[in-house]
Amino acid sequence: MTAVTAGTAGAAGTASGAGTTGAADAAAVEAAAHEAVFDAAVAADERIEPRDWMPEAYRASLVRQIAQHAHSEIIGMQPEANWITRAPSLRRKAILMAKVQDEAGHGLYLYSAAETLGTSRDELLDKLHSGRQKYSSIFNYPTLTWADVGAIGWLVDGAAITNQVPLCRCSYGPYARAMVRVCKEESFHQRQGYEALLALSNGTEAQHAMAQDAVDRWWWPSLMMFGPPDDESTHTAQAMAWKIKRHSNDELRQRFVDIAAPQADALGLTLPDPDLRWNEERGHYDFGPIDWTEFWDVLKGNGPCNDQRLSRRRQAHEDGAWVREAAAAHAEKHTGKNGEAQA
Amino acid sequence: MGEWAGSAPVLEEEVALANIALDLLGQARVLLSLVGDEDELAYLREERSFRNVQLVEQPNGDFAHTIARQLYFSTYQHLLYARLASGGGPFAGLAAKAVKEVAYHRDHAEHWTLRLGDGTPESHERMSRACEALWRYTGELFRPVEGLDVDHAALESAWLESVTDVLGRATLTVPSGPRTGAWSAGAGRQGLHTESFGRMLAEMQHLHRSHPGASW
Repeated sequence: MTAVTAGTAGAAGTASGAGTTGAADAAAVEAAAHEAVFDAAVAADERIEPRDWMPEAYRASLVRQIAQHAHSEIIGMQPEANWITRAPSLRRKAILMAKVQDEAGHGLYLYSAAETLGTSRDELLDKLHSGRQKYSSIFNYPTLTWADVGAIGWLVDGAAITNQVPLCRCSYGPYARAMVRVCKEESFHQRQGYEALLALSNGTEAQHAMAQDAVDRWWWPSLMMFGPPDDESTHTAQAMAWKIKRHSNDELRQRFVDIAAPQADALGLTLPDPDLRWNEERGHYDFGPIDWTEFWDVLKGNGPCNDQRLSRRRQAHEDGAWVREAAAAHAEKHTGKNGEAQA
Repeated sequence: MGEWAGSAPVLEEEVALANIALDLLGQARVLLSLVGDEDELAYLREERSFRNVQLVEQPNGDFAHTIARQLYFSTYQHLLYARLASGGGPFAGLAAKAVKEVAYHRDHAEHWTLRLGDGTPESHERMSRACEALWRYTGELFRPVEGLDVDHAALESAWLESVTDVLGRATLTVPSGPRTGAWSAGAGRQGLHTESFGRMLAEMQHLHRSHPGASW
């Protein structure tokens, strides 16, 4: 899932004051030449690959976005895993387990994509654990009933797909390719989430109420997944110029509302927005104002589950340290002996 | 196994443990469907009506504990399914599919037993403790089960040989305690379980039981 969070600009200028003038000039000429090649490739919709020259700010921006995306997959396992042992039928349990497994897989693809930019998974996990990198704000909300699992599939995965499909055409090749694989699986999960909600909506009165309550709680947080409004989104203009992003936050949010509103009707559920209505003139749904105070609050760490999610992740990492050390020690012992690592 | 989701020591293990859990759940669904409605059997039976061996209801504990449990159980499953698949009995079809899955589970458990046993002093100690703690639940695996047409004695000696080999290569000692006790011998198969099992069922069944007759 894409966390479209606005952190502080990661890429400071690299200009340094000292240096000999002649060498600095030559370097500047070379950098300008590289920059021209890069700009032309982006303009021609060509893919930038790991060995290509790229502006440091482009690299930093991608590392931040891909890492945040990977972290979101990993943290995003928690709210759903919360219901694995309690899933109400064996079929639903199997679907949920497969989904959580896929999310771990998505995390793996994305960390690999980030590593092509010269960072490492360990370094990124360290930044997640210390709070220096973020994950999607949506996963700071609790899953209180079984219907939340369906609502996450339908709305949260739906919002993620709306965000991610354009990323399949992102200018950075490894990220774009990871997105193609991720989107295929996410679409599948989204349909399953919708179908789980449909079963509840068409079920007993209590099940229908459970579904409606979940949608009431997840609707607005899902809209917040697209990030701050365009006039407050610090990274959008540059990311669009580099063709990392193809559409603004507000464009994607509108696209999502236009898709979700009729789906809610088909589900027999209402969306918790009295201002939501079709606008013939615009050809879009109008919708009510988002509570941006809540959004920034959750982003700053004051959401209902921020502490819990991060603590659990840190705990898993700390508890697993001895296992990782054992695997490394074993590999070292046996690499020499057998000519290959057994780990 | 599903309890590991989100808590595994490395991301690759998140995938592997969930994958194993999913295979086992798939096998359970096939088995339950052979005798009735899978959900009715899973969600509406009381603790005393469950027939699982006590080994599989043991809590996850640390990673070594989970690996020891999986080593003992997947080795048993692999040997059992291989025999059932080659016979012509009622479980041949199911076993033929399951044997491929459990071969992978067994491989996973063996590799981790080697890494942990022959890793660091701490991992060796933890793995050793886990193998000891679960040893007393392994005898039950080889109590004859009605309708299961295999030579349980042969199964047991093949299992012992295999586990002894893996533990040896992992620089671990084969536990010396008894593999059965007056209480634990065959107990799970008679619906006699360990105390943690009731709580596990309470969690698994709660939602389903709260909505009688509902479909999901």
